[in-house]
Amino acid sequence: MSVAAAWLALAGAIVALVGSVGLVRMPTFYERVHPPTLGTTLGMGLVLAASALFFFSTEGRMPLQELAIAIFMVATTPATYTLLARAALQRARTEGRETP
Amino acid sequence: MTLTTDAVLQIAQAILALAMTCALYRVLRGPRAQDRILALDTLYVNAMLLVLVVGMRGATTLYVEAALVIGMLGFVSTSAAAKFLLRGEVIE
Repeated sequence: MSVAAAWLALAGAIVALVGSVGLVRMPTFYERVHPPTLGTTLGMGLVLAASALFFFSTEGRMPLQELAIAIFMVATTPATYTLLARAALQRARTEGRETP
Repeated sequence: MTLTTDAVLQIAQAILALAMTCALYRVLRGPRAQDRILALDTLYVNAMLLVLVVGMRGATTLYVEAALVIGMLGFVSTSAAAKFLLRGEVIE
């Protein structure tokens, strides 16, 4: 059972890596906002599921902290990135650059 | 060939470290402040996942609380920095 949890964590790590590589490779800021959300939704979900499965199978612990982290991240990430994209748009407008 | 739990978790740790390196590259390189803030947020999330995997390797539940704290600090710092970019001050 803990081997399955380890593979889940590996899958989550790979998804987070894909998101981070996308952050490096995308050309403009507005495109760069998209890839990290992979890591903050699916990657985080997989690793948290792995942690919950691991500690439930080894110690029989209820995954309440994992649930709290998942709810918190899912609720806050869109708000943060929207604020950041709005700030970037406003900076571009005040400098007279072209905006998408 | 079958990999043990610890070996798979070690590979996951290495991959997350690589992801953190990518985010760090964008923090150092990023042409503008918003790129750096975005990369810092990604760095925080990757670090949180790395702490969770470290906790699984050590088979201790202490690290889950640490991950929760890292997640909250990441949200607060990123939104404060974005607010600063937007208004020029954090608390109005």
